[in-house]
Amino acid sequence: MPQHIVQRYDDELKKLSTLIVQMGGLAESQLAAAVDAIVKRDSSLAEEVVHGDVKIDALRNQVDDFAIEMLARRQPMAADLRVIVAALRISSEIERIGDYAKNVAKRAVALNQAPLVRPVHAIPRMAALVQALIKDTLDAYITDDAAKADAVWARDEEVDDLYTSLFRELLTYMMEDPRSITPCTHLLFIAKNIERIGDHATNIAELIHYTVLGEMPKEDRPKGDDTAYAVVNAPGGPR
Amino acid sequence: MQNGTHNDLRQSEIEIKMVARKVGVFYGEKQALKDVDLDIPARAVTALIGPSGCGKSTFLRCLNRMNDTIRDCRVIGDIQLDALDVYDAKVDVVQLRARVGMVFQKPNPFPKSIYENVAYGPRIHGLAENNEHLDHIVETSLKQAGLWKEVGNRLQESGTSLSGGQQQRLCIARAIAVSPEVILMDEPCSALDPIATAHIEELMDELREQYTIVIVTHSMQQAARVSQRTAFFHLGSLVETDDTRVIFTNPKDERTQGYITGRFG
Repeated sequence: MPQHIVQRYDDELKKLSTLIVQMGGLAESQLAAAVDAIVKRDSSLAEEVVHGDVKIDALRNQVDDFAIEMLARRQPMAADLRVIVAALRISSEIERIGDYAKNVAKRAVALNQAPLVRPVHAIPRMAALVQALIKDTLDAYITDDAAKADAVWARDEEVDDLYTSLFRELLTYMMEDPRSITPCTHLLFIAKNIERIGDHATNIAELIHYTVLGEMPKEDRPKGDDTAYAVVNAPGGPR
Repeated sequence: MQNGTHNDLRQSEIEIKMVARKVGVFYGEKQALKDVDLDIPARAVTALIGPSGCGKSTFLRCLNRMNDTIRDCRVIGDIQLDALDVYDAKVDVVQLRARVGMVFQKPNPFPKSIYENVAYGPRIHGLAENNEHLDHIVETSLKQAGLWKEVGNRLQESGTSLSGGQQQRLCIARAIAVSPEVILMDEPCSALDPIATAHIEELMDELREQYTIVIVTHSMQQAARVSQRTAFFHLGSLVETDDTRVIFTNPKDERTQGYITGRFG
């Protein structure tokens, strides 16, 4: 797109997107560190993540204040209006991602006090998928790439599938060995948090689609999370 | 973000008041406007926007043949007001301008009393049966223009003694007094402060229940606030026309986008 006649307007839009990317990068590394704390059973790293969330919250306030100021001062139209409104919404999506990463870290602390259970291995795999979603979403954001955003949007189904299979695995584990209920419950919530992060990444992808093309994606997103209907029978069949 | 709002005109209810087809305007050899096709919906505000010299005011003045008053100006194409061919040689231009009234950029009340400013039109068109009726027309016109409360008790004072915003509303009352069907407004607020502008915009909102309004404005925010349809002109052509909501959130043409966002085109 050509530049604004008022150069400062372009500078402000640039600053806004820089803040969003900074926020997204922070959220991405918070998730990575939280998962690392699980894998390495490192509770002090987990604590760092818990405390680190305030940085994301602070950035969110900064984005919102700045976007509102731009709305008041510039009275943006068309593509500019969409960019600024989307920034307001993206910042709250990222803020939620940060909250989920923080919750994963909190549960890592609890998990580290319980005996190791085998399904832990699925967590980093799932987290890697979600981190890639966040990263690609941010790339799509910087480059105004609606096609890339749409691809992220479709890919979230893989995360849902992984979550569903982990859900079943964890239920089976808990039935087999009641001593694993505490760590498995934490793992279940951790997996759910990561799955939710994926959902927020797809929300951001939708907003990028809207910013670039002027309308929200038309079809419903394919969803693979059917754990709401899952029933796992205990060994030996239902009693 | 994708559905219409209550500000959009409902497709099924749109009645077209004026139709322009292949309209072009020449000033001498120079073509100022080319190939404009535009439908003006009834009882709605249509905003014409675009950079200076884009032809929007020229187009506005075609709608009631104000361009006839400019020497060397030639209009081609068709303009219809309901079933009337506006440029038919048999059309009485004075009658036409009673049906399609106009309000200008600078308030231009006659140097006469407030009463006379409004009474003048109905009188020359023979719309009033007697003096009482004329008083009634003056009063309702001033009320419709939102001016009655401010001037009702001093109708004999000069129209030029009013503030700028009041003068502009007086001009609107004057236009309304001859019961027009369409009101053309050529940058009606560009000489007014924000409060006076708000009064005019509020007035337009009320008037559009009864009249068809076409406004030329340089203020995009104003077009966005007051109109239901927006037409963007550039270099003598109509580039894009759509619901105002669409023009200001998701215009299709890059030139429209460039203009309304303040970018180099």
